[in-house]
Amino acid sequence: MTGDLWIVIALPLAGALFNHFLGRRIGEPRAAGPAILAVLGSFAYAAVAARDFFISADASQDAVAVVHLFDWIPGLGARAELLWDPLSATMTLVVTGVGALIHIYSVGYMHGDPRFGRFFTYLNLFIASMLILVLANNFALLFVGWELVGLCSYLLISFWYTRPSAAAAGKKAFVVNRIGDFGFMVALMIIFLSFGTLSYTEVLHDPGMVIGAGTATAIGLLLLVGAAGKSAQLPLHVWLPDAMEGPTPVSALIHAATMVTAGVYMVARCAAIFGLSDVAGGVVATVGALTALMAATIAIAQRDIKRVLAFSTISQLGYMFMAVGVAGYVAGLFHLVTHAVFKALLFLGAGSVIHAMAGRQDMTRMGGLRRKLPLTHATMLIATLSIAGIPPLAGFWSKDEILAVMFYKGGYYTVLWAVGLVTALLTAFYMARQYFMVFSGEGRWGEGVEPHESPRVMTIPLVILGALTLVIGFVNTPFRLSFEHFLDPVFHSVPVAHAPGDGFLLAALALVSVAAGLVGILIAYLVYGRASEEVRERLLGRVRRPLMAWEHGYWIDDVYGNLIVKPGSRIAEWSAGALDQRAIDGLVNGVGIAVRRLGARLRPLQSGFVRTYGSLLAVGALVVVGWIVVRGL
Amino acid sequence: MIVTAGWYMTLAAVLFLIGAGGLLLRNNALVMFMSVELMLNAVNLTFVAAARAHGDIGGQMAVLFVLVVAAAEVAVGLAIIVSIFRSRRTASVDELSELSG
Amino acid sequence: MVELVIFALMGAVALAGAIGVVRARNPVYGAMGLMATLFALAVFYVVHLAHFVAVVQVIVYAGAVITLFLFVIMFVGVDRAEDLTEKLAVQRPVALIVLVGVVVAAGALVVTGNFDWVITSGEPQVVTGTIEEIGENLISVGPPSGREASRWLLPFEATSLLLIVAAVGAIALAFYRPRRKDEASGRRDAGPGSGSGP
Repeated sequence: MTGDLWIVIALPLAGALFNHFLGRRIGEPRAAGPAILAVLGSFAYAAVAARDFFISADASQDAVAVVHLFDWIPGLGARAELLWDPLSATMTLVVTGVGALIHIYSVGYMHGDPRFGRFFTYLNLFIASMLILVLANNFALLFVGWELVGLCSYLLISFWYTRPSAAAAGKKAFVVNRIGDFGFMVALMIIFLSFGTLSYTEVLHDPGMVIGAGTATAIGLLLLVGAAGKSAQLPLHVWLPDAMEGPTPVSALIHAATMVTAGVYMVARCAAIFGLSDVAGGVVATVGALTALMAATIAIAQRDIKRVLAFSTISQLGYMFMAVGVAGYVAGLFHLVTHAVFKALLFLGAGSVIHAMAGRQDMTRMGGLRRKLPLTHATMLIATLSIAGIPPLAGFWSKDEILAVMFYKGGYYTVLWAVGLVTALLTAFYMARQYFMVFSGEGRWGEGVEPHESPRVMTIPLVILGALTLVIGFVNTPFRLSFEHFLDPVFHSVPVAHAPGDGFLLAALALVSVAAGLVGILIAYLVYGRASEEVRERLLGRVRRPLMAWEHGYWIDDVYGNLIVKPGSRIAEWSAGALDQRAIDGLVNGVGIAVRRLGARLRPLQSGFVRTYGSLLAVGALVVVGWIVVRGL
Repeated sequence: MIVTAGWYMTLAAVLFLIGAGGLLLRNNALVMFMSVELMLNAVNLTFVAAARAHGDIGGQMAVLFVLVVAAAEVAVGLAIIVSIFRSRRTASVDELSELSG
Repeated sequence: MVELVIFALMGAVALAGAIGVVRARNPVYGAMGLMATLFALAVFYVVHLAHFVAVVQVIVYAGAVITLFLFVIMFVGVDRAEDLTEKLAVQRPVALIVLVGVVVAAGALVVTGNFDWVITSGEPQVVTGTIEEIGENLISVGPPSGREASRWLLPFEATSLLLIVAAVGAIALAFYRPRRKDEASGRRDAGPGSGSGP
């Protein structure tokens, strides 16, 4: 069964090719058919192929497979091989499962777009790329997938490329990702230099035999640079909020559920390397914590419904980094899965709201949509409570496990736990704020907008994701650690941080974080739900200064603009003007002019008279003879 | 008195010189061509004389090859002269200076 | 002694013919001079026991090539005396200087001993350039014939290629008509020979 694993990748790729060539010809609703079927097919195949992992630990260990497709670059240890283990299976199921729902949703959302078929081409291509990324059995193939999803991200952010802001956002995402890729590539080079191969099988099997803590730290930190770029962590997070220029399903699929989690996946995959270096892990956790806190504060002051969710995504990714940084791989991946579900739901819900508001995204112009969009409202409410950490929803279980792991680790990490707790409060606050601004109160949507519930093709994915959000948390509760056992074959040889076994402590921690969530919601209710307009204005006026900073994202974009972009473009202008046009062109032109002048001087020599040439030939012969006479043969 | 290879060499040198003079001083393409043939033959004479002096048949082989090349050259060269003459009505190389710089 | 006589006689003929080539106002006489020189050289070849080369010299050079020259001379129609005055200003002095230079250079080469390897002392050795000898040298291909493969085989084949190319080239030139130019000039002015070019 796993021998034909390539089918999982080939199906969406075939779908992409199909729509690339025929998408426009077969027209709007039909173009989506093959695309959806391809992803569903991949999902079904992966689900069947993963069945052994569910049975028992022993069966699971046996079912881990390396599927050799062909030799690609044997010298790099880069065979085209796919690795099928519980980790890649998890990622595959998330990508194809959530992906399929978003494909279906897109049929409604992209209705009427002239490039409908092209959109599905890109979506399918993205799914295929992401599967290459997660299924690769060596770093080279991982990097191929890594770059391909970056490309798809770029294409989809700038999907409406006629909008200057969308084009700029795509470019920004691409450029910022290049910075991360640079670190990633250097990490790969060091890995290759140290191990002589890039294959997971050899590198990740007891790397402590080959490299010391120093090398492991270097590799880990450089991998972190790559992961930070792709997963929008500090200081490379700036591209993700702008990426919201893309169509909302894209934001849901790529910039919330799947691609941005690639960094988390990669760190988890390299657990063996991070296990060798406490420093690297600590830095990962710290970056994650800082990112989580920073993004959560910024999210508080955003007015654009999608930007709130974008910063929320950055913040939640910070949680995951925190977890994997302290070797809480199960917790991190668990949060990755639950987050994929409820954040996709939030984005799709937001898309439904935007759809209802005729493309408007400003939350201050919404409100009172509860009655108009009942289904959207219900599912969004579930997702909001889930991300706020209210039991028994998915977000509660996974976030709580992360916090428990952090607390249990102790020492320095207690500080990070506190940061995580504050972030949890802020998360609950800004999500509740969004909920109240969008759904409760009176309609502030102004003239000419008649909100209406989205078509069934959009609401059905919402309902499915809502149901999943209700139940998916139960795959890994402290009472029954199914997910942890499921992942056992992956992490059995590396140290993994666990939540405390002590039931009392666990319950206390859970209580604290739930309390934080409830407090956050309560504050949001008081400020945005109950308070009148004037009271709210007065309350917000007291915290005007921090609000300003948050609204502008701590001006990080401006700092980058002034420190990097402006000098960069000035250098570029100088190179293009003074350096290239004057100096380099001048040099080249100078050579040309010199040659031409020399030619003009030498022209008379070419008289056109054969006999003159004959004379010159004889003179040349004489010179040669003279040379022989003087110097000998 | 023995006629050594040197004598033949000297004769060949004189013939070569005369040929070179013809090439440089005459402007009739046909005469120039004949001068070239003269120079080639002067060299051939040195080859044969050297072949005898050294007891090596290689010199004679070289003459044969020169002969073949000269034949080919004459065929093409005369064709060119005829072709020029057809369009220019002249065989003087001094009137063919279009390729001057 | 006999060789000295032959050398003197034939040397004189060769020199006279050569000067005839260069001096003759009428190219036909030039061609005759060239033929005399070629015959004289053929005699020298016989003296040097290069019989095959001598025969080829007479047949190909004195026969075919000279005939071809005469044919072209007649075709071109320059069997009339031509003007020998020089039109290029510095050509004649330069040429004379160059020629003197060649003489000086040759003398210098001899004096400095660069020609010693040619002018060997002692008796001339005997090399017979019979047709068998030449043929073996040209085209023997290896063991079956009992001789080593000829080192001239490749040049021999190359010359055959050269001859084919030359033949094709000559034919192409014969058939070549500068059509476009003729038509263009024909449209402007119909007079023949007026297209003296730019």
